[in-house]
Amino acid sequence: MVNKSLFKFIVNKFLRMIILLTTLCALTFSLVSHSPIDPVQAYIGADMMKVSHAQREKIEEYWGLNQPPIERFERWGKNLLHGDLGNSMIFRRPVIQVIGERFWASIVLMGLAWVISGLLGFIMGIVSGMQRGKWLGRLIKWYCLTLASTPTFWLGLVLLIVFSVWLKWLPIGLGVPAGVLSADVTLGDRITHLILPAMTLSIVGVANIALHTRQKMIDVMASDYILFARARGESGLQLLFRHGLRNVALPAITLQFASFSELFGGAVLAEQVFSYPGLGQATVQAGLRGDLPLLLGLVLFSAVFVFFGNLTADLIYRVVDPRLKEAGDTV
Amino acid sequence: MNQLNHALSLEEKPRKIIRFNRRQSTLITILSGLALLTAIIAASFLMSDEAIKTHFEARNLSPSWQHFFGTDWLGRDMFTRTVKGLSLSIGIGLLASTVSVIVALILGMAAATLGKTVDTLISWLVDVFMGLPHLVALILIAFALGSGAKGVIIGVACTHWPNLTRIIRAEVLQLRTSQFVQVSRHMGKSRIWIAVQHLLPHLLPQFFVGLVLLFPHAILHEASITFLGFGLSPHQPAIGVILSESMNYLSVGMWWLAFFPGLSLLVVVRVFDMVGDNLRLMFDPHSAHE
Amino acid sequence: MTIEYNPDDFKSTEIGPGYKSLLEVSDLSVSFVQYQKGLRQRVLKVISNLDISLGSGEILAVVGSSGSGKSLLAHAILGILPNNAICSGKILYKNELLTPERQKKIRGSEITLVPQSVNFLDPLMRVSAQVRTAVRQGNPEEAQKKIFRRYDLSEGVGNQYPFQLSGGMARRVLISAAVINGSKLIIADEPTPGLHPEIVTETLNHLRELTDEGCGVMLITHDISTALQVADKIAVFYAGTTIEITPAADFHGQGQALRHPYTKALWQSLPQNDFTPIPGFQPLPANFSEGCLFAPRCGKITSECTGSLPVMQDLRSGKVRCHHAT
Repeated sequence: MVNKSLFKFIVNKFLRMIILLTTLCALTFSLVSHSPIDPVQAYIGADMMKVSHAQREKIEEYWGLNQPPIERFERWGKNLLHGDLGNSMIFRRPVIQVIGERFWASIVLMGLAWVISGLLGFIMGIVSGMQRGKWLGRLIKWYCLTLASTPTFWLGLVLLIVFSVWLKWLPIGLGVPAGVLSADVTLGDRITHLILPAMTLSIVGVANIALHTRQKMIDVMASDYILFARARGESGLQLLFRHGLRNVALPAITLQFASFSELFGGAVLAEQVFSYPGLGQATVQAGLRGDLPLLLGLVLFSAVFVFFGNLTADLIYRVVDPRLKEAGDTV
Repeated sequence: MNQLNHALSLEEKPRKIIRFNRRQSTLITILSGLALLTAIIAASFLMSDEAIKTHFEARNLSPSWQHFFGTDWLGRDMFTRTVKGLSLSIGIGLLASTVSVIVALILGMAAATLGKTVDTLISWLVDVFMGLPHLVALILIAFALGSGAKGVIIGVACTHWPNLTRIIRAEVLQLRTSQFVQVSRHMGKSRIWIAVQHLLPHLLPQFFVGLVLLFPHAILHEASITFLGFGLSPHQPAIGVILSESMNYLSVGMWWLAFFPGLSLLVVVRVFDMVGDNLRLMFDPHSAHE
Repeated sequence: MTIEYNPDDFKSTEIGPGYKSLLEVSDLSVSFVQYQKGLRQRVLKVISNLDISLGSGEILAVVGSSGSGKSLLAHAILGILPNNAICSGKILYKNELLTPERQKKIRGSEITLVPQSVNFLDPLMRVSAQVRTAVRQGNPEEAQKKIFRRYDLSEGVGNQYPFQLSGGMARRVLISAAVINGSKLIIADEPTPGLHPEIVTETLNHLRELTDEGCGVMLITHDISTALQVADKIAVFYAGTTIEITPAADFHGQGQALRHPYTKALWQSLPQNDFTPIPGFQPLPANFSEGCLFAPRCGKITSECTGSLPVMQDLRSGKVRCHHAT
C-alpha cells in the first residue's frame, strides 16, 4: 500500500517537473533571444573586424541564428527530446559532453562541502539551541548570522590570501596545475586544488543549517513531550539524546537536501574565485561569452539538480517519518 | 524572603538587567545602524573624486594613516573607492529590494484574493522561480538585459520576490477568514475596498520588515553578479568590481585590495540584517522570548 | 523557584479526618516576564497566593475554567516551569519542604504527572520504548510489560507510534507511563479532555484505584461534573487562585452548603441544575485588580471587595476566600 501511494507521489512530482522545465525553457529561451549580446560577436571575439558580411551570414546559418526565435526554440526542443542539447560555441563540443565532464568536478566539490557543512552546522545548531542564552550559544548564533552576511567570493579570496599567498600551503587556482598535461595530473594535485573551494563552500553553508537546527531545537525543547519527559525525571543530555536529536535530525536532513539551490549558487562563485573547472565556472563563461546552447543546457541542468534535492527531501519525510509512513499504510 | 532561583530547568536564569533594557537596546541598535548607513552615503557624496583618480606616485601602498585601506596599482585610494562602492551598492540594493517587495505585495495579495485561477498561476510562477538557483537566474536575466545597472536592478528585483510572495499570500489568506473581513464582505464591500481598507494596514509591518530583511540579500547578490562580470561596468566604483580586479594582484601580496572592501561589505550587510531583525522584534515581540 | 519558608507555619491544614498530609501548598504565586508590542515589558502574575492540601488516599480536584493557570500549578509542584517564570511560596511534600533539588530527585518517581494528550509523547518514538524510559529501578522491559498488562494494553499497542493510538488507549498509555514507578503523588492535568463518557469513567476509575492503593491524586480539570464523579475534595480555582476548598459532598441541592458566590454560581450553571450562566468573564492576568477578582461579577459586591484581596479563612470543614462568605 505504501509503495502504491509513494509511486503515485513520485509520478506526480515528475509530471510537475516536466511542466516546470518546459515553462522554464520557454521563459529562458525568450529571455536570451532578446539579449543585446550578439552571439556571433561573442563567438568570434576580437577578430570581429576581420569578418565579412558573407562570412557572418554563414556563421549565423551554421548556428541557426538567422531563424526566428520560435522556430529556433522548436528545433532546440525537438533535439532536446533526443538528448541533444546542441553544441557549445566556446568549447566547440556537444553541450552534453561539457556538462557531463564538469559535472564530476562540481559534484565532488559540492558533495564534500554539503556533507561537511551539514554535519558541522547540525552540531553547531544543537549546541547553540541547548546553550541558548549562554555565551557559547550566543557566540554560535552571532557567528552564523555574520556568516550569512558574508559574500561567498570574498571569503574565498580571504582563504586564498591566507593559505596560498601567505602560508603557501595550497596552489592559487585552477582545478589542476597549469602547464601540466591532463594525463600527468595526479590525484594529489586534484585534491590540493579542491581543498580551498570546498572549504569556502563548507564555511558559508554552515550558517543556514545551524540557525535552522537551533530554532528547531528550541521548539522541541519547549514541546509538550519534553515537558512530560522532564516530569518523568529525565534531564540534560539524556533528554537531548533520547528525544532532541530524534526530532531535530529529520528536518535538518530535509533542509540540507532542499538547499541544493544555494549550494549551486555558492559553487558558481567559489569556482570562479579558484578557477575550478566545474559547472559554475562554465555557467559564468557561457553567460559572459554568449554561448547560448551551453547556457540553456546549464539552466536546465541546475533546475533538474534543484528539483532532485527537493524531491529527495520530500521522499525522506515520507519514508522516515512514521506519521507519514504509517499513515500511508492505512490509506 | 528566601529567594531561590529556579535551577531545575535547562535554560538560563532570568536576567533582570538585560530584560529591562531590551526596548532601549533594540532602539539603539536600529538607530545606530541607520546612522552608519546614512554616514556612508553622506561620506560618498562629500568625498571628492580626486582620491580615486590615477596617482602614479602613490601606487601599491599598503594600509597607512594616509590611506586606511591602501592604494591600488593605479594609486587610487581604496578607502574612497570602498565608500563610494558601498554607497552605490546600498542605492542599488534599496531600489531592487523595493521593487521586489512591491511585486511580492501585489502578487501575494492577488493570489490570495482574486480567485483560484490567479492563485494557481502565481503559485506556479513562484515555483518556477524557486526551481532555479538564485545566481543562475540572475546570470540569465543580466545576460538577457545586457550588463549594467539596469540588468542588475531588474535581475535582483526579479529573483527576490517569490519568498515574500508566499509569506504575504499566507498572511492574507489568514486575514481573510478573520471576523472584521467577513463582516465587511457581508456588508457588500468590494474586494478592492477590503484589500485597501483592511488588508493593507495589517500588511504594512510585513512590508517594511520584508523590505529591510530583503535588503542584505539584494546587496550581496548585486556584489556577486558584478564580481562575476555580469553586473555594473568596470568603470563604476562597485565592491564587486573592486574584488574582481583585486584577484589579479593577490598573488603578489596586495591583500588589502580584497580584504577591506569585502569586510566593509560584510559589515554593511550585517548591520542591515540586525536592523531588520530588531524591527521585527518590535513588531512581533513573541519572537523575542530569549 | 522562590520559596518562602517560615517554620512557624508548619500547622497542618487537613480537611476531614483520617488523611495523612501528602502535599501542602501555601501562598504560591507564579509570575511571568513578558514583552508587548514595541518591546514594553510587563510582569504577569498568573497564580497568586494559592493554598491547597492533599492527603494520601484522597482525590483533590482543582476545578477552574480554561486559561486560569491550573496547569502551571502542576508544573510548579513538579518544578518544570519555563525559565521566565518567577515562583514564590511554600510547597511541602510529606511535611518536608520541596526544594528544587528535591523536586528534581523525586519527580517521575515519588511525584508524577498524567498529561492531557498524546502530544505529550515523543511523536517519533514507539510507545513501549517511551514507557520504558521512565523506569527507575529494575528491568525496564519487564516493568513496561507488567504495567501494560495491568492497564490491558496489548504488545501490539507498544509497537505503535503515539499518533496511532485511539483515545482510550492513549489514556491508558499515559497513565502507564506516569505510574510505572509507583508514585505516591499523582497530578493528573486535564486527563479527560473531550473524551467519550465511557473513557472518562474508565480513566477516573483508574485514578480511584490508585488512591485505594494509598496514592494521593490531584485532578486538574475544567469540568466540575467530571470532578464530582470521583473527587473527595474540590478546590475551586478562579483567576489564578483558589477561592474555595470544599468537600465534594457540599455540592448538592441549591448549593446552600457551598461558601463562595462563584462556586454557588458554578453549581447553578450546570445543566442538571438551573443552567443559569454566570454573567461576565473571568479577568485575564493582565487585568488583575487589587481586590477580590470575582467582585466585578459578584452580586454581593461592597467597597470592601474592591479594596483588598480577601484572605483564605476556615469555614465549616472547608475554606473560602470571600469577605461575605456564609
